[in-house]
Amino acid sequence: MSVRHALLAFLSEAPKYGLQLRQEFEESTGQVWPLNVGQVYTTLQRLERDELIESDGRGEETGPQKVFHITEAGRKELDTWLSTPPDTTEPPRDELVIKVLAALRVPGVSVHDVIQVHRRYLVELMQQWTRLKEDEAEFDLTFALVVDAELFRLDSVVRWLDAADGRLKRAALEAPSPKPGPLIRRRLVVRR
Amino acid sequence: MSYLELRRVSKSYGVGATEVHALADVNLAVERGSLVAVMGPSGSGKSTLLTIAGSLEEPTSGEVVIDGNAMSSMSRNDKARLRRRTVGYVFQDFNLLAGLTAAENASLPLELDGISVKNAHLAGIAALEELGIADRATHYPDELSGGERQRVAIARAIVGERSLLLADEPSGALDSTNSEAVMRMILAACHRGVAAIVVTHDAQLASWADRVVFIRDGRIVDQTVPPPSPESLVADLSAPSPRL
Repeated sequence: MSVRHALLAFLSEAPKYGLQLRQEFEESTGQVWPLNVGQVYTTLQRLERDELIESDGRGEETGPQKVFHITEAGRKELDTWLSTPPDTTEPPRDELVIKVLAALRVPGVSVHDVIQVHRRYLVELMQQWTRLKEDEAEFDLTFALVVDAELFRLDSVVRWLDAADGRLKRAALEAPSPKPGPLIRRRLVVRR
Repeated sequence: MSYLELRRVSKSYGVGATEVHALADVNLAVERGSLVAVMGPSGSGKSTLLTIAGSLEEPTSGEVVIDGNAMSSMSRNDKARLRRRTVGYVFQDFNLLAGLTAAENASLPLELDGISVKNAHLAGIAALEELGIADRATHYPDELSGGERQRVAIARAIVGERSLLLADEPSGALDSTNSEAVMRMILAACHRGVAAIVVTHDAQLASWADRVVFIRDGRIVDQTVPPPSPESLVADLSAPSPRL
């Protein structure tokens, strides 16, 4: 589940307070993914229990004033998650969006490499669906429609990855821009 | 042995400060009977890769080998002959000659190669038949639909004994049904032993290929691994069996 991994991504930048993590999570996901306050702290508790993060031990038990560090095991878990394809029996787009946003924060990780891992995986999946169509779909209309639906769904995700890749490349060539937080949030709120 | 091989192919345009590296150190091998898709965004070098693979352009460095013949060691005339007899191209905008009928367009490469008009015409008609469009043989391009024009373009690319098919965004502006038909035709040519490369930015087109190669900034950065049996997908379908 990605709240864990989003928090690990933020902690991979530097040690942070619980309160800070909550704010960063809200800012970076731009309300794509609303979550309640308690969820951040219970997730931090579980991460600590699983030894993926450590706290400095001061302050209240799970409260906002505690400083958290990512552990070596936490970094490994984060690396694995970033390049593990999401479960494609469910629409993967939202989880992919979070992965790409998280990859932007992780020092030493190329977001373009992360995008390519997922692009290749999706195209391989599309190759398999297309094989089914090649062999059988001509003869079975219902099956052809199901296969088409799956191909278009996967295609849309690849297109989003392509667009994200291009946008990030252009952004890197241009002068550093101000933090995109407020504008993106406003747009997303209007859409919702 | 691979039918087409690009060995450490690089291509630069311009010199000094204006030098642009269109391709850098590209290795690619295509067997007879296989379809390889090269997927990348605009400006990634995929069209340059295709023109170099078909020896329409020479690489700045590296070697192109077609059917065991290293292009760099061939004379200009020999290369042109090999190209005429071996390589068929399909372009995004079809590139049919407006003053020729479908049959004349399809048989043109053979006529240019010195084959008699009659024999070339017969081969042209055979190619149109293969693509299910022989009934339009006497029509001119402006009397054909987009899908029909692209069929004629594919017929022209596979006419005679052509064994290397190079296609640049072959579905052009066609709708998804016609795009699928185009890819089925290219695949059918591969099943008869043709080696083919399709360059595209479209994942749905690329997914017809046996292997998809990803190109970025003139470099091949990744490629698909041969997919497992597609049967596993059917078992994974969470909905009731689509066949019911």
